[in-house]
Amino acid sequence: MRTIAEMRHALATRAISSVELAEQALTRVTQSQPAINAFITVDRDSAIAAARAADAALAREDASALAGIPIAHKDVFMTAAMRTTCGSRMLANFVAPYDAQVVARLREAHTVLVGKTNMDEFAMGSSSETSHFGAVRNPWDAGRVAGGSSGGSAAAVAAGLVPAATGTDTGGSIRQPAALSGICGLKPTYGLCSRYGLVAFASSLDTPGAFARDAHGCALMLNAMAGHDPRDSTSLARPAVDYAHGLDASTPARPLAGLRIGLPGEYFGDGVDTHVAQAVTDALAELRKLGAETVDIALPAVRYSIPVYYVIAPAEASSNLARFDGVRYGHRAERYADLVDMYEKTRAEGFGAEVKRRILIGTYVLSHGYYDAYYLKAQRARRLIANDFIRAYAQCDVIAGPTTPTAAFPIGAKADDPVQMYLNDIFTVAANLTGMPAMSTPCGFTPDGLPIGLQLQGNHFAEAQLLNVAHRYQQVTDWHLRAPPRSNA
Amino acid sequence: MSLGEADIRRLARLARIGIDAETARDVQAKLEAILGLIDELKAIDTTDAEPMAHTQDVMLPLRDDIVTAHDERAAFQRIAPAAQDGLYLVPKVIE
Repeated sequence: MRTIAEMRHALATRAISSVELAEQALTRVTQSQPAINAFITVDRDSAIAAARAADAALAREDASALAGIPIAHKDVFMTAAMRTTCGSRMLANFVAPYDAQVVARLREAHTVLVGKTNMDEFAMGSSSETSHFGAVRNPWDAGRVAGGSSGGSAAAVAAGLVPAATGTDTGGSIRQPAALSGICGLKPTYGLCSRYGLVAFASSLDTPGAFARDAHGCALMLNAMAGHDPRDSTSLARPAVDYAHGLDASTPARPLAGLRIGLPGEYFGDGVDTHVAQAVTDALAELRKLGAETVDIALPAVRYSIPVYYVIAPAEASSNLARFDGVRYGHRAERYADLVDMYEKTRAEGFGAEVKRRILIGTYVLSHGYYDAYYLKAQRARRLIANDFIRAYAQCDVIAGPTTPTAAFPIGAKADDPVQMYLNDIFTVAANLTGMPAMSTPCGFTPDGLPIGLQLQGNHFAEAQLLNVAHRYQQVTDWHLRAPPRSNA
Repeated sequence: MSLGEADIRRLARLARIGIDAETARDVQAKLEAILGLIDELKAIDTTDAEPMAHTQDVMLPLRDDIVTAHDERAAFQRIAPAAQDGLYLVPKVIE
């Protein structure tokens, strides 16, 4: 069984119980750990207890669409009674006193939490190699990265360990690993899912979202995760939407008739691998067959999105990560001379090299004499990028292009070159700067057998439309159902 | 943008991150490369652009003025590296 819908059907017809599904998932996770290292923490007892409760809910026939489905959370969401490490030595033994709102909502939906997934330390990375708990490996090729920062969640779904998982997307950290792992990943509109209980990296960009095998699975996850939360001041009060509505309906001959897909020249230029470009071109041809028309658009300011992002995100990170001081929670150095020495040793030991770099860059761009030239300038440029997209959505409904310039790269290939690593995010960061939704859906493979992702972007609150486009595409293609060799999918 | 050793020491002190002499050179080289990337910002004309701090033009909402928080000091202090009698323990800061 690959998808949430298939598992749901098996649960509803009593072909399998939630406890049996949980047992299967736990076994697969254990077997896969040496090869792909997707998990940091697995809690068998709590998973089986949650599965029993789900079976009881299913027997009462008042269960949610996700009841009994095994899932995993990125280890950046706080979970009461299960440790939350953020992939860092700083939080290696941290057990949060409460659940994140997204975690609580998925618990209430009777999902079965199998464990917490591996990630780049504090979600800062594009390869899931900077984790204190070792690199995540791509299920399609264990010598390559699974993408990041939510690489453990992506690898867990790609390898068929769980049918869905949560992630966070600050600059592409859901869409990029989804593309590199051959699954579906959705970053919703900023403010749709609460950040309460999410360990903060860059607060104006951090966005909880979901991975699943297909668009329908992402829709079901979003249904459970979205909703206003007064404990997050940026959470938006919106009427509830059923994101899965209409996805079950039979497909008319031209389901995308009337849809205008914008193609920005900026996403199809030099630097895109030829196999990636070809797969995206083929996907666009499929979308045209489904009735969509394509229009050329321009996003001239988008080429500044990497420099803008790498000012704003580190600036916010340097402020957010000031809380890790060895006083209230987390790691504290064993030996120190005085208070300042305790801070400096604690943070030197607790943080890895990339996290330190981002804190130092953030400190630099916010420091006296540089604030206007960097931080304020980046905030102004962020406005220009947002204006580009607002103009574009007057001409088109969704924007399509490659999710990443290349397929998965070898482990270690970019680990010592932060600038090369940052350029992975070139097509994904703009959606974080604008707060608009975007997703990645599988659209092909390289000759080496590595997955390629198609990115679909939309205007604020266009999740249902994006999911519908991806779903219609998935009805006529099977890239999203391909499973890596030796996986359980 | 070039950074000197003194800049690295100043940043490390501001960020409260101890950096030893051995790694300082590597940190310096990588930060310079990153600053080279973000210096592309200087080429943009942002004269008429309002700084953007939030992705949507929404007012931050006000909550009703009622007490919702309850005392969770014990739960929070259980996970502290050092706490005693309801207080967080830190090295002595005044003589």
